[in-house]
Amino acid sequence: MSSASDPMIGIFDLRKTFTKGKETITIFDGLNLAIPKADFVAVMGPSGSGKTTLLNFLGGIDRCDAGTIEIAGIRIDRLSEGQLAHWRASHVGFIFQFYNLMQMLTAAQNVELPLLLTRLGGKARRERVEAALAVVGLSDRLKHYPKEMSGGQQQRVAIARAIVSDPELLLCDEPTGDLDRRTADEILSILQLLNRDFGKTIVMVTHDPAAAQYARRVLHLDKGHFIEKELAA
Amino acid sequence: MNDLSMIRKNLFRRRLRAILMIVSILIAFAIYGVLASFERAFNAGQERATPDRLVVLNKINLSQPLPISYYSRVGAVDGVAQLSPISWLGGYYREPKNFISAFAVYPEDWMKLRDSDFVFSQDARTAFVRERTGALVGARMMEKWGWKVGDRIPISSSIYAQKSGARAWDFTIVGSFTPRIPQADTNIMLVGYDYFNETRSFGKDLINWLMLRTTSAAVNERVGNTIDGMFANSPYETTTDSEKAFQKSFAAQLGNVALIVELVVGAAFVTILMIVGNTMVMSVRERTREIGVLKTLGFPGGRILRMVLGESILLALIGGLPGLGVAMLLITQVRGSLMNFVPTLTLYPDIAVGAIGLMILLGIITGLLPALGAMRLTIVTALGRN
Repeated sequence: MSSASDPMIGIFDLRKTFTKGKETITIFDGLNLAIPKADFVAVMGPSGSGKTTLLNFLGGIDRCDAGTIEIAGIRIDRLSEGQLAHWRASHVGFIFQFYNLMQMLTAAQNVELPLLLTRLGGKARRERVEAALAVVGLSDRLKHYPKEMSGGQQQRVAIARAIVSDPELLLCDEPTGDLDRRTADEILSILQLLNRDFGKTIVMVTHDPAAAQYARRVLHLDKGHFIEKELAA
Repeated sequence: MNDLSMIRKNLFRRRLRAILMIVSILIAFAIYGVLASFERAFNAGQERATPDRLVVLNKINLSQPLPISYYSRVGAVDGVAQLSPISWLGGYYREPKNFISAFAVYPEDWMKLRDSDFVFSQDARTAFVRERTGALVGARMMEKWGWKVGDRIPISSSIYAQKSGARAWDFTIVGSFTPRIPQADTNIMLVGYDYFNETRSFGKDLINWLMLRTTSAAVNERVGNTIDGMFANSPYETTTDSEKAFQKSFAAQLGNVALIVELVVGAAFVTILMIVGNTMVMSVRERTREIGVLKTLGFPGGRILRMVLGESILLALIGGLPGLGVAMLLITQVRGSLMNFVPTLTLYPDIAVGAIGLMILLGIITGLLPALGAMRLTIVTALGRN
């Protein structure tokens, strides 16, 4: 039986360098990190500090040069591309800054996308889609296309898409970066709700200190190392 | 929603572009269907040619005659099982525009020769042999002119006249025949050579060619050489060819249809291939970010490859199948007026099946590169997440 103190994310001695022209840039040189289950962590830091790269590693969409990445007991750094795709489909939900919805699909169809990778039938998929859209308060927008919705509504659809397959981990890359303050607060409240009431572990990269206030913890990434600040939930 | 509905939505995300591509593919396959059908119809004679049938012609060319006396001399050659003289009437019905494919033959001999192509009733056989002024008419020609057995029909010739000066011969239709094989054309009329020969004003005792059947295809070469050797250095030297070669040279008079078909279809296909291929590449490139998102959600590369390929194949089918329909419509429209020249003109099932195969191939060729690109695309590159 798991508890909130069980580690959800464990990173040990992570190393990554990029080559840009003739220059080799070191992003991480022995990074360590542990995030327990049901935590809500905001990652902040200056541009180029590796926040997005870290999120890529946690989501299994980029490879590190060395080190281990363990998520919910699975060493994802050892998985093949095919295994990673399968793992992402059932364990991780992604929320991007620019929503990344399919413009030719309705809100319901966008949310249904991750379920096409499951064995669920049409009726079960519909039920799950409706439930996910209800969580984000968009039950009345099922048949609307992205272009017919505001930025905040599109981001809610993206959140519904991220949670529809009930993953343990949500990775958010500047989820409010394209929204006004009031809408941003609504989105962040939804994330907080998902963390508090549904037990989702959330890692959110942000430049916005106000957004970071919604997290339980804020990690500052600086020169390849974390500086942690505890916040009141 | 399923993969197919995703493919369909992707295909029509830019409606005008999709419609233009569909129309261009439609035109290409309409051209293919029509030209391939014409090519097949022109060569139908070659397809029905049997390997043991030979044709003896004047060595100069088809328009030069041979004497009827060759009939008995050729018939005596070892290896010749059956033969008939054939004379071309150049016939028409009432008006010169009503062209009729009519031949004067030895009735019994000709029917035995063509038994493998046509079905003759016993009544028709007996009557055609018995009646000097009788005509045996194919089922399609009967249907075309609304004739029936017993009708007396005036057939004029654009080449010959009667000794009496009359241009028309009155023939009585004594029977009809149907095809035994699909390629056999029944839009033809046969009359007795003896009656025609006796009544025409010139060209007496001459024929256009002899058709014969050998005892076996294995003796064809020997029989041909013997016949041509027999008449060498005579006023009427001969050349003996297989029926297939004869039909081919006959079709060649209408131009090298096969070459035209290949060039036109080839040019159309290459053009469309480039247009559709280029558009597919552009279309997939526009979706780089979406492909990245799909991969992030867990869609494996192989599934994305199948979706892109499925899109290009669907595009080819949506354009190509109506194209075949248009071809069928065009062929149906022109078949009546071209019946005398290409009597077996139709969109053959194997041409349609081949065209569907080509559509799928077109889809694969145009979609393969963008599909492979989409499959190999990394998420980091697709989403610009460096």
